[in-house]
Parts: sequence; C-alpha cells; structure tokens
Amino acid sequence: MATTSFKDRNLLAVIGDEDSVTGMLLAGIGHVEHQKKNFLIVDSKTQVSTIEAAFQEFTERKDIAILLINQHVAEKIRPTVDKYQQAFPALLEIPSKDHPYDPSKDSVLKRVQKLFGD
Amino acid sequence: MGRVMQLASFSLAEVTYATGDISYLVQEQAKSATFKVKAKQDNVSGVILPAFEVDRVQGSDFNLTGLGRGGQQVLRSKEVYAKAVETLVELASLQTAFTILDEVIRATNRRVNAIEHVIIPRLDNTIKYIASELDEMDREEFFRLKKVQGKKKRDAEASEALRKAAAERYIEVEDIQIGGGGGDLIDTKDEDIIF
Repeated sequence: MATTSFKDRNLLAVIGDEDSVTGMLLAGIGHVEHQKKNFLIVDSKTQVSTIEAAFQEFTERKDIAILLINQHVAEKIRPTVDKYQQAFPALLEIPSKDHPYDPSKDSVLKRVQKLFGD
Repeated sequence: MGRVMQLASFSLAEVTYATGDISYLVQEQAKSATFKVKAKQDNVSGVILPAFEVDRVQGSDFNLTGLGRGGQQVLRSKEVYAKAVETLVELASLQTAFTILDEVIRATNRRVNAIEHVIIPRLDNTIKYIASELDEMDREEFFRLKKVQGKKKRDAEASEALRKAAAERYIEVEDIQIGGGGGDLIDTKDEDIIF
C-alpha cells in the first residue's frame, strides 16, 4: 500500500441525485479541473453504464480521498460496489431524500458482519 | 449518520422553498473545492492507519450568499451540510481503518497458520533427527571405548605374562651364573689367562 498516495488525496467526490449533490456542493466539496468534475448527478434517465464509468474513474483518480454515493444509486451498480476492496478512496453510502438509510444493503457493513460472523 | 443527513436535506428543502431551485447555480459555482480532507497517519499496534481530517479552505463562494431573498437560508443550509460532511469524513476514516485492519488480520492469520502447521513440525523433525544422531554417536563412542579398554586389558595381560616368563628365565640364568662363583664379570674374561 503506497503511503504517498493518500497524502495527496484531499478531495471528496459525489455520485448521487440532484438534491444530494447540490447539498454537497453547497458545503464546498465541488472541484472542477480541466473540465473534469468530481461529482456526477444521477437521475432516472441516467444509464447504468454511465454510473459505472464514473465510479471507475473516481476510484482510479489519485486525488480523491472519499467517494460518497447515494444508496439507491449504489444499488444499481451493486456488483461493482461489492467487488470494491481498495482502502482508497473510502467508499461511503449515504441516504437520499427519498431513500432512507438501510444498513442491510451497505456493502461495508455486510463485510463487517461477515468478519464478526466467523 | 442517517439523522445528520436528514437534517441537511431538510435545510436544503428550506432553501429551495425560499429561493427557488438553486441546484443549477450551485453546480456552476463549483470551481475549486473549499472543503478538503487532510490525511494523517495513526500507528495502532504496528499497523499504520490513515485518518481523515477536515480541512476547510476559505473559498470564493460569497456570490452564493447573496442569492436573492434566501441568502441567509443558503448560508444556514451550507453550514448544516458542512457539518453533515464532517460526520461523513469521520465515518470514512473509520471505514478505511476497518478495511485496512481487516486485511492485516487476514494476513496475520495466514502467517500464524503457516507457522503452526508447517514451520514448527519441520523444526521438530530436525531436532529429533539431531538428537538421534547425537545418541547414535554417543553409543558408538561408548562401544569404541569399551573395545579399546578390552584391548588394553588384553595387551596388559599379554605383556604381564611375557614379563613373568622373562623374569623366571632370568632368575634361572642368574642361578646358574651365581653358582659358578665370583661374579659374572670375572668369568667372562679370558680363561687362558692364569694368575
């Protein structure tokens, strides 16, 4: 695990519905560099492939420390999210206005249970 | 976490109610992040764990606060969301810590199993082999010693017998010579010389 890699990571990224992203941007995490944004707004018309591509891109970028994703969006790319094992960026599932937080669907908590189960 | 996010969403709803939809504006505004995280390292029983610290930079987002009538609402919503994000950052730190510790525990378990089932039996076998070789050499040495002792004894007996036989013969010889008178030395001189 390269220790230099996370010293330079200092941005947060968001993938979520409009309200969640707006709120996050309001807090000030938005960062646009060379036309590259660190957020993706997902609505009912967004393709799963777009979400997947954005997920891949954010996890491969070296400057993102935390990736926030709405839980219902994570559901759409559940297999990719479950396969995600890297320590960086930290993946966090957040609830949205219409979908309250459901801990049974959170991939990290599922791993916790597996660990405590055995 | 759910609670904090709910509070944040409510405040945003208030803003939207007061100002109308500001999402487009907010998206356009996002140029440089004012909310960053700094990574620092903690050392927990030999494992280096990263932790995230909130690092807020003074930004140029004052244009947002002057949004129509809702300026103050927007500001308040911003604060609520900022607090929500701080909670999220803390949660993310815990999550990464957990993931790293998980990997470390798995690796350590594998090492323990390997040592227990492979290395220790091998070393045990080596120890037993060495011990048995030493015993064997010990026995060989003992056997050799006994053999040598036996031989020495036989040699000693043989030389003793030889000595005894020689001693008896010498006495006989002496007797004969002493019986002849004088000393041996005189007798061995020329017999022709007559005094």
